[in-house]
Amino acid sequence: MLAHPDLTKLIFGRLTLEALPLHVPIVLGTFAVVALGGLVLVGALTYFKLWGYLWREWFTSIDHKRIGIMYMILGFVMLLRGFADAVMMRAQQAISFGDNMGYLPPEHYDQIFTAHGVIMIFFVAMPMVTGMMNFVMPLQIGARDVAFPFLNNFSFWMTVAGALLVMASLFIGEFARTGWLAYPPLSDIVSSPDAGVDYYIWALQIAGVGTLLSGINLLVTIVKMRAPGMTLMRMPVFTWTALCTNVLIVAAFPVLTAALALLALDRYAGTNFFTTELGGNAMMYVNLIWIWGHPEVYILVLPVFGIFSEVTATFSRKPLFGYTSMVYASVVITVLSYLVWLHHFFTMGSGASVNSFFGITTMIISIPTGAKIFNWLFTMYRGRVEFEVPMMWTVAFMVTFVIGGMTGVLLAVPPADFSLHNSLFLIAHFHNVIIGGVVFGLFAGIYYWFPKAFGFRLEPFWGKCAFWFWVVGFYFAFMPLYMLGLMGVTRRLSHFNDPALQIWFVAAAFGAFLILLGIGSQIMQFAVSFKNREALRDVTGDPWNGRTLEWSTSSPPPKYNFAFTPLVHDHDAWWMMKKHRYQRPLDGFVPIHMPSNTGAGIILAGLSFVFGFAMIWYMWLLAAVSFAALLLTAIAHTFNYHRDYYLSADEVRRVEASRTELLARHV
Amino acid sequence: MSMKAFRGLLLLSAGFLLAGCQTVLMSPSGDLAKQQRDLILTSTVLMLLIIVPVIALTLGFAWHFRASNKKATYDPEWDHSTILELLIWSAPLLIIIALGAITWVSTHKLDPYRPLDRLDAHRAVPADARPLVINVVALDWKWLFIYPEQGIATVNELAAPVDRPLQFKITATSVMNSFFIPAMAGQIYAMPNMETVLQAVINHPGEYKGFSANYSGIGFSGMYFSFHGLSEDGFEQWVAQAKANGGDLSREAYVKLAEPSANAPVQFFATVAPGLYQAILTHCVQPENPSCMSRMQMRPPKAEGAASDNVNADGAATGMAGMPRHNSSSD
Amino acid sequence: MLPMAGAPTQPLEFHVTSETHPPNGTLLGFWVYLMSDCLVFACLFAAYGVLGRQFAGGPTAAEVLEIPTVALNTALLLLSSITYGFAVLEMQRDRQSPMLGWLVVTGLLGLGFLTIELREFAHLISIGAGPQRSAFLSSFFTLVGTHGLHVTTGILWMIVLIIQVLKKGLITANKRRLMCLSMFWHFLDVVWVGVFSFVYLMGVLP
Repeated sequence: MLAHPDLTKLIFGRLTLEALPLHVPIVLGTFAVVALGGLVLVGALTYFKLWGYLWREWFTSIDHKRIGIMYMILGFVMLLRGFADAVMMRAQQAISFGDNMGYLPPEHYDQIFTAHGVIMIFFVAMPMVTGMMNFVMPLQIGARDVAFPFLNNFSFWMTVAGALLVMASLFIGEFARTGWLAYPPLSDIVSSPDAGVDYYIWALQIAGVGTLLSGINLLVTIVKMRAPGMTLMRMPVFTWTALCTNVLIVAAFPVLTAALALLALDRYAGTNFFTTELGGNAMMYVNLIWIWGHPEVYILVLPVFGIFSEVTATFSRKPLFGYTSMVYASVVITVLSYLVWLHHFFTMGSGASVNSFFGITTMIISIPTGAKIFNWLFTMYRGRVEFEVPMMWTVAFMVTFVIGGMTGVLLAVPPADFSLHNSLFLIAHFHNVIIGGVVFGLFAGIYYWFPKAFGFRLEPFWGKCAFWFWVVGFYFAFMPLYMLGLMGVTRRLSHFNDPALQIWFVAAAFGAFLILLGIGSQIMQFAVSFKNREALRDVTGDPWNGRTLEWSTSSPPPKYNFAFTPLVHDHDAWWMMKKHRYQRPLDGFVPIHMPSNTGAGIILAGLSFVFGFAMIWYMWLLAAVSFAALLLTAIAHTFNYHRDYYLSADEVRRVEASRTELLARHV
Repeated sequence: MSMKAFRGLLLLSAGFLLAGCQTVLMSPSGDLAKQQRDLILTSTVLMLLIIVPVIALTLGFAWHFRASNKKATYDPEWDHSTILELLIWSAPLLIIIALGAITWVSTHKLDPYRPLDRLDAHRAVPADARPLVINVVALDWKWLFIYPEQGIATVNELAAPVDRPLQFKITATSVMNSFFIPAMAGQIYAMPNMETVLQAVINHPGEYKGFSANYSGIGFSGMYFSFHGLSEDGFEQWVAQAKANGGDLSREAYVKLAEPSANAPVQFFATVAPGLYQAILTHCVQPENPSCMSRMQMRPPKAEGAASDNVNADGAATGMAGMPRHNSSSD
Repeated sequence: MLPMAGAPTQPLEFHVTSETHPPNGTLLGFWVYLMSDCLVFACLFAAYGVLGRQFAGGPTAAEVLEIPTVALNTALLLLSSITYGFAVLEMQRDRQSPMLGWLVVTGLLGLGFLTIELREFAHLISIGAGPQRSAFLSSFFTLVGTHGLHVTTGILWMIVLIIQVLKKGLITANKRRLMCLSMFWHFLDVVWVGVFSFVYLMGVLP
């Protein structure tokens, strides 16, 4: 310790040794495991001399495919953390009855459900959806990369920085105990004076920069970089939904940024936006956060609708039924998602007319959503449905999602919501749509595009195991919660008195255990597939007999995606090329214009992490220094005018020739 | 696809439905909650009209058009049918029109602010009935109930005579909670600086659970109370008991009470400091408190402007979508 | 949906044989960013709309806002938009020095604007009307301050661009950057018109 207390404060802010969880065995154990795992990983990377490779080929890569893959890895790693939180909650609620207070005290339990929500939405679902769009969309529109490749890399690392802040909160200090939306006054400085809410604010603000920039980036990519001939109504449906999602991101995330900034001002500068004093109005925060929050739901689910559309068409061996109405349905959902936010707080006491307006707009969203479900149905109709793993997820989704949709519409009826609001019925509902919709869809997408990304298929046996564990586990975990909701059990309780409830919580915990087996099967699936990659190799580039452009190039695609930019005549562009017996060109290659790698993104994001951490702990000196460094690095980066290069025609010829040879060997 | 697994699931859900009939939300004891239950059932049935066929068709199509079934028609170019498209847009539309109409009517009819017009399905509210006013304050982490008419107050225990209209006026001190007695009526938020209203009735005598339905911090799990539906006589006795056993809820006693505590025991107060609820609502229990709202009128004080009447001081949002209504009527 | 079902009748081209360069998306991207920034301001305006009359017993808008100073400020900022317009005209004629001259004038006008704004803030804080005093003042300082922060960023950006033009000349990349900054600067002007009418003019109304 430094002798001078003021100096200590200037450097360390309010961070003291007490912030380390030395007295909480659960956290300490977790820390030991994470630290050990981290050491092994770092050791292995060093031993195999992989740092240079990772830095050159991945961390500094501006290739949209690699960034997409890194997003998916981030999402999967954070899924493990978020799921660990879920298991802890389920275990606590299954045993904490009567005299038994469970193994988690409320101050710990409250952090866990907050972290679970934040992580699952912001650091699992968002990265996975963004990663999916990043990887697939440029390939689908026949582009070489996204519009702003450097920005793409920067966005990814900002998301990582946010995720790291949340992870840091596990071991240094604590996370917010406010629920995942941090409603004031509970989240203001009086009710939550510790660093938890600050971790929340800075993690989301830093990751939010990444999300917003990536939204702009992908939006411009779709508008400006489609292959010649690809009019808007010839875009693949996934690209359409990606367009809608990115419009939503650009139009919704600034609201989150503003709401969190005002909350931060209340906490740091003593302003009175959401305080209970001097005229503040906490309900304004609730309104603002849901003006972002409801579109956020559609940000997650729209691309997944796109995935299901691609999967259903491919595995039914038919074009998507009602392409046009599918597109209009997506657009209608995009617009309507801004007119429903108040249904998250009917119980606030707005007038009956206001409540019914928002209730009815919410119901109207179910019309285009219902139309989509029917479109998938009629895509299967008169098809030849092949039950590959992605298609199994799709069917499970259709059955599960309509149940979630039904309970959602039920919650949109204001008087019904007065009874069901904040109950476990609500929890069951949104897990029903997010797991049954977003998660199932992402898994379908991962399985579907995995061969494109890595050049070999995933092993189906473990895929099917994962499928059944997940689906059955989901029903076991959440149907009891619907029931408990009808019993009037509210959310976020760490202890119960009524022993009659316990059996339902035990069933839910069993469901979580089944899902754990599902996740285990997925990890097995990755391991086994990697081991058997030669047997599972996809040499054709088109393992599923696909319909859209990404299947026209090799698996994995070359850096430049397409040796020649495709010309598009239909929304199932590759299908049409196959029908016309398209021959891939073997010569006449020209130099290709490519963006260069850069380390600026990871450096800027690293500095942002330091800045965020310093702000959380009131380390003003470090905050000032890192902010200045951030600014200077950003400015310095703008002095770099050499951001692209030409890949020579010889290089293209070499890559394409090796593919020709590979194809010839496997005829 | 394993049909067996799905059949199992169906059986399971049938079991759920049976068990569901006995839950508090499905067999409530207050008229408002009953009507909300009926609404839940009506809407569910209405939606099942479309949900059940969709699930059946999904499984049916998936099974019938499986690749190994070569007998099924295969039409690889078929991707459009105007009639079908019209149908798939209009079927949900019709359901939603019906549901929307129900929503509009029921939301107005079951508005918690609206004075009751019936005690239950068969009895109207007598013309001379005056609602029993109960002021509800959500503290950290316990409930304070003030009975202005009886002049008593309780902590974590609530009682009311059956078949008498009740008017709850609800606020909170520091953070947001939600006042919820599932057997009686739906919930409504309890928010600092603001007042919400719930008009309800309990039809059957008994002991019911009430709790906070909005997470409010560490002591949240212990923030429940029992709600006694009593006969008129029983209620008189309960009040008398409170008067006999209770202490005084002076402003000082309130300040002590308001200090955060979890799993607080039941308490009774025989007397309540005059104007206490209004003072809590306006943050003026301790008038020197800088946030005492009487000092922060948004408009220049009106000629008759009694400070205690100024609940609307923070009411910039009155009438604005997405903001709670405020009642400026004093108790 | 296939335009030609059945056997193809004529061969279709399925790829472009030369390297294609999709149109540059920077201006569109920057414009989209500005729209998102616009939403941040919309939220701040909304917050001011909700809280703008919550004086909490403290000073009211009519008491603390001085229209003449702000009118001068507004004039400076509007003028700076015009001078930036001149800079863009010179840029299009590829006349580097006059372009830089106009940029410097724009930056100085921006600095003038900031100075007056900071003096106003300092004065308010000195009379006890800081952002902590009431919800009205919180939302006032945040809305006006966020705009000021944007102007500061704009000036910093201008300085960087002046250096870059001096180093590299009026190359395409620099021209594009100048156009982005131009959009940014005019956007700030538009936002300020909103602030001036909504906060200042309406604030002093009874």
